[in-house]
Amino acid sequence: MKTRRIYLYTRFERFWHWMQALLIIGLGITGFEVHGAYSWLGFKTAYMWHVRFGWALVALIVFAAFWHFTTGQWRNYVPTFERVGVMVRYYTSGIFRNEPHPYKKSELSKLNPLQRLTYLAFKLLIVPILVTTGLLLIYYNRWPEWGLNWSLGQVSSLHLLGAFLILIFFIVHVYMTTTGHTVFSNIKAMLTGYEEVPEEEWEVAAAD
Amino acid sequence: MTTTKHRLLPWWIGLALVGVVLLLAYAAGAGFASAPAAAATGMDAAAPAEEEDDSTADHTKFEELQREFQNATEVTQACLECHTEAAKQVMESTHWTWEFPGGEPGETWGKRHVINNFCVAVTSNWPRCTSCHAGYGWKDDTFFDTATEAQVDCLICHDTTGTYKKFPAGAGHPVYEPKEFPPGSGKIWEPPDLAYVAQNVGQPGNKNCGACHFYGGGGDGVKHGDMDSTLASPPKDVDVHLSPEGAGMVCADCHKTEAHQVPGSRYRMTPKDTHGKDLPESDGNPTTCESCHGLAPMKESKLNDHVDKVACQTCHIPAFARGDKPTKMWWDWSVAGDKERGVEKDENGWVTYHYMKGEFVWAKDVVPTYLWFDGGTTYMVEGEKIDPNSEVYINHPQGAPDDPNARIYPFKVFRGKQGYDPVNQVLLVPHLFPFNKEDKTAFWKGFDWGEAFRVGMETAGLDYSGQYDWIETTMYWPITHMVAPAAQALKCNDCHAADGRLAEVPGVYIPGQTGHPTLETIGWTLTGLTLLGVVVHAGLRIANRKRV
Repeated sequence: MKTRRIYLYTRFERFWHWMQALLIIGLGITGFEVHGAYSWLGFKTAYMWHVRFGWALVALIVFAAFWHFTTGQWRNYVPTFERVGVMVRYYTSGIFRNEPHPYKKSELSKLNPLQRLTYLAFKLLIVPILVTTGLLLIYYNRWPEWGLNWSLGQVSSLHLLGAFLILIFFIVHVYMTTTGHTVFSNIKAMLTGYEEVPEEEWEVAAAD
Repeated sequence: MTTTKHRLLPWWIGLALVGVVLLLAYAAGAGFASAPAAAATGMDAAAPAEEEDDSTADHTKFEELQREFQNATEVTQACLECHTEAAKQVMESTHWTWEFPGGEPGETWGKRHVINNFCVAVTSNWPRCTSCHAGYGWKDDTFFDTATEAQVDCLICHDTTGTYKKFPAGAGHPVYEPKEFPPGSGKIWEPPDLAYVAQNVGQPGNKNCGACHFYGGGGDGVKHGDMDSTLASPPKDVDVHLSPEGAGMVCADCHKTEAHQVPGSRYRMTPKDTHGKDLPESDGNPTTCESCHGLAPMKESKLNDHVDKVACQTCHIPAFARGDKPTKMWWDWSVAGDKERGVEKDENGWVTYHYMKGEFVWAKDVVPTYLWFDGGTTYMVEGEKIDPNSEVYINHPQGAPDDPNARIYPFKVFRGKQGYDPVNQVLLVPHLFPFNKEDKTAFWKGFDWGEAFRVGMETAGLDYSGQYDWIETTMYWPITHMVAPAAQALKCNDCHAADGRLAEVPGVYIPGQTGHPTLETIGWTLTGLTLLGVVVHAGLRIANRKRV
């Protein structure tokens, strides 16, 4: 099959992605220890780094939000339900029959409809829940002066809910990277910026 | 093949971005970073000053004191010649009245009225119990009708020579001629040189307070758990405040006494002081930690976030009875009276059975029990009804998780077995110590519980059915002394762990200890199913790829 290389992920986008990945992994490891799922670093160390990673993520989100709006990249996340069914059918059956991927990536539209929905939920639902509840938990002692009458248990259960959602996202997300043109082509693209994509028939014809 | 040419940005821009993100995070996360070390205890680091006598009066020069004293009351009279108001002040204090306003209007507590599960009650046992009364001659219940100012004991608190001791069975008096106590022990109590003692009075030191308070419950360290004779001059790791290597303080530095009224009573405590430092303005209770250390004394701000729910004592007194002496944890009166058994000791030399008192359990380095505490405590007074079918709490700390004045506070839980009247359902007042040489009804003379309870209850003016039985009772003793050096305070993991110290404390969410069981089950199940789904999916892909 003929392929062509397209430049999908800019330098900042790749930095943002991997930084966010590291921070989320760090937050997960320390966070589940703070919650008492296991003892490894010790509560104090785990807590201390959880808060530091959390603040780092907040800082990163500020940069990323700026990038999304100034570059217009936010358009990649405009949700569409069109062809979601096709995508689901591909991942649940077509992929096993080695059918071609139904979505053609391009510089202008990098994300398939499932990715659009998932990443939008990630950005507008899961991360905001975690960041908001996380900040609230850090400033727990100031709730009374802010007029908040919530219980620590309630807010921490929301934080934990978000953590499980991200954990599940993480597992699926990492696995899905292996479903590209080759097993590592997606990861390679996120590292180098360039992805090998199958050349469209009309492109092949034009090149011939 | 076509490639999109893209000029790479200089490498240092990426690096700078990473740096900026980390720096911002570090600065923002500085909640855990150190503030200036001086703030460690919320106090200025003043070295303990060498004890020096800065008094304006040299009592050896006072003619009133340069004489023979036949009796300790004569010393008091001499004191009062100059200190004209002192006795009046003392006679209004708890040290004299042994009374404290009760929880309900009209109710009166204090040693005179409450009952406990050590030597149980003062009533009918005066000459023995009142060896710790700040007065002379309280040997029966007529004392307060006739007592005069001369009967106030100045010396027990103001002696600096260490030679003045109240005789254990002398109704507050020292001995005036050599006497043996306990009888048959061979231990002779020598009379103090009252003139020498009187000429060497001063501000109370730890030994003055300790003469009674270290020995509550009938022996060194018995009662409180956080006080024993070690505190007279403790190593720093036993008590940072009283230790000469620590702050070098004395009891009265916190129990800052004005007009002989000593603040800081377990009957009414302040487990949460929201006023903070007592200078320049006091809230009336100078004994709280916050009175000196302020409201945010820890150098790590996250630790200060705990002070709304956790009392300072909870973390800073990791265990009680950390001195040289064990504290009593259990006292069973029901087996007392067996002269055959006599006195038994364990391998530490601690008395585990005494025919006069029964069986004991002692302990050292005890992890406290933690309860919500708002400063109030219920107390049982002589003659108060009990319910023998449920646990009998002689006292119980008050406070609930949602109470803004309550904090989680450490306690010593003391249990024992004592006599009660199964018909009238009251704890019995035992007559332990004889009224006089002829009195055979006292338990420590006749060893007859029936007689001891009959006379005890009669003296207390309470109904007694004539039947007695034994019942287990529980008391709570707040732990507030023996503050350890900061390095020995509890660590995060001591509570933030599944089996943490506060696991039994209700109504508080502790990360790492309290969980969300339902959410966790759902969360881990879904995580597991996701992993399984991914593995199955990958397996199917691999299997199908082979067929191509």
